[in-house]
Amino acid sequence: MRAGDRRALVVVGASLAGLRAARALRERGFTGTLTIVGDEPRPPYDRPPLSKRVLTAPGPPSGTELPVPPGLEARWRLGQAAVRLDLAARTVTLADGARLPYDGLVVATGSAARGWPATKPPPPAGVLTLRGWDDALVLRAALAAGGPLVVIGAGFLGGEIAAAARGRGLDVTLVEAASQPLERAVGTTAGAYVAALHREAGVALRTGTTVEGFLTGADGRLAGVRLDDGTAVRAGTAVLALGGVPSTGWLAGSGLAHDGGVHCDPRLRVLRADGSVVPDVVAAGDVARVPQPLADGERLTLGHWTNAVEQGEAAAATLLAGRDPARAPGPFAAVPSFWSDLHGVRIRSVGLPAAADETRVVEHDLAGRRLEISYHRAGRLVGALTVGRTGRLAAYRSALRERLSDGCLPFGSGRDRRAEDPPPASARPPGRREEAPRA
Amino acid sequence: MQITVDMNLCESHGQCVFAAPEIFSFDDDDRLVHETTPSDALLDRAERAAALCPVRAVTVSPAVP
Repeated sequence: MRAGDRRALVVVGASLAGLRAARALRERGFTGTLTIVGDEPRPPYDRPPLSKRVLTAPGPPSGTELPVPPGLEARWRLGQAAVRLDLAARTVTLADGARLPYDGLVVATGSAARGWPATKPPPPAGVLTLRGWDDALVLRAALAAGGPLVVIGAGFLGGEIAAAARGRGLDVTLVEAASQPLERAVGTTAGAYVAALHREAGVALRTGTTVEGFLTGADGRLAGVRLDDGTAVRAGTAVLALGGVPSTGWLAGSGLAHDGGVHCDPRLRVLRADGSVVPDVVAAGDVARVPQPLADGERLTLGHWTNAVEQGEAAAATLLAGRDPARAPGPFAAVPSFWSDLHGVRIRSVGLPAAADETRVVEHDLAGRRLEISYHRAGRLVGALTVGRTGRLAAYRSALRERLSDGCLPFGSGRDRRAEDPPPASARPPGRREEAPRA
Repeated sequence: MQITVDMNLCESHGQCVFAAPEIFSFDDDDRLVHETTPSDALLDRAERAAALCPVRAVTVSPAVP
C-alpha cells in the first residue's frame, strides 16, 4: 500500500491504540480515507485515570480525553461496535448493519472486564466491573454512597480500586486467590511488599481466598460476599477485578486466530488459524497477542498504556509498508513498561517480570518506600520493578533495549527498518495478562 | 529546538528518559531534569519523548531565535 493514495483504511477501536495508529498513518503520509470505529459513543479517552483520580477527585472528573490531532481528518463511527469481519470481501460490518470496505485494517478493539463465571448464579445488583468511562462513573457514585466495599482480585486494577476507596475513607476488603497481590505479574517479593502497603493503609486483605457467591438483602441488592473459608464479608458494593478478556467476539467466523487475543506475527500482521499472514490487516493494543522476545517469543497480550501507544504506531508502519519489502519495518520489540498507584506509592516496572524464573532483590525498604527488584530468565535480565527509585529504572530499560536490539531491531526512531524476523513463536496458551484499564 | 516540561503535570513516569536519555534524566530524588535547548539532531528522539509521555507534559518547539 502506498501513502498518498485513494485507498480506504479502517481502524476498529477508538481508544489509545487505535488513535495512535490513526495518527501514525497520517504522520507517515497516508492521505486517503481514514475511518475510526468505536463502540462507545464518546471521543477517545485515557483509561489509567479511571481507577485512580476519576474515583478520588472531589469534583466532576475531567481532563481524561485523549488529544485528537487537528490534521487527522478521520471519519468517526462512534457508538457503533464492529460485529463482523469478512476477509475475502474486505469489509467490516457495524452494529447498525453498515458495511465498511477497507483496503487496510487496524484491529484495536482492546479488552473487556472478565465477568462472573456464567456457570454460577448471576451476581445481584451492586456487583460492578470497571473497564470504560460509564463503569467508572457508576463505581465513583457507589464509592460516594459509602461502603463497605469488597474488591475481588488484587491485580493492578483491583489494588488501585481498593486504594482509591480507602483514600475516600471506606471500609475495604480485598480478596485474592493467590498468596500475594500481583503475584503472577511481579512475583512474591514485590507482591508481599504490595500486601504490606495495603495492610498499612487499612485494607482488609484476604489472600489465598476465593469468592463462593453473594448475599442479598430484602431489596434483592448485594448485602455481602461469601468466601470459600465459610466466612462472609458485609458489602454495599463489590467490584469484580478478575482481569481482562481480549475483545475478539466480532472476529468469530473470520478465519483469524483469535484465542486469547488476535494472533500476530512479529510485525503485528494478523494470522489466520493455520498460521498464515493475512495481507493488509494489523493489530495493536490489548487485543493483540504478539511474540515477546523477552519471553522467548511466546505470544502474549499486554494491557499496558505504553504497549498500546507503541504497537499502534508500529502497526501503522507495517500497514503502510504493505507488501513492499524495501519499506518493511523490523519486528516489534519495544521494552514493555507499566506503572500502578497504591496508597500514595507508585510502582513502576520495565520489561516482563512475569516471564522471570528468578528475582534478585537489590533494595527493600518498606518504611522508606523504596524497592528495587531485578527479574531474570535463564540468568538473563527480563525486567525490573521499583518504588521510589525511578532513576535506576532507566539503566534496566537501556539494558533490556540493548538485549532486544541484539538480533531483532526494535521500532523507535520513527524510521522504517529492516531486520530478520525472530524465530517463529511457539503456540503456547496465552500467558499472564495485566488487567484493564492499563495500570 | 526548545524543550518545555510542565512540572505541574510531570509525574516522573520516565518515558522521556527512556526515549531520549541525551535530553532527559532524573536527579537523586527522582525529579526530572532536562536540557532546554538540545541539538536539532535529537529532534526525532525529543518528539518520541513527547509522544510517549502519559501525562503529556513534554512540549517540543522550534528554537527561539
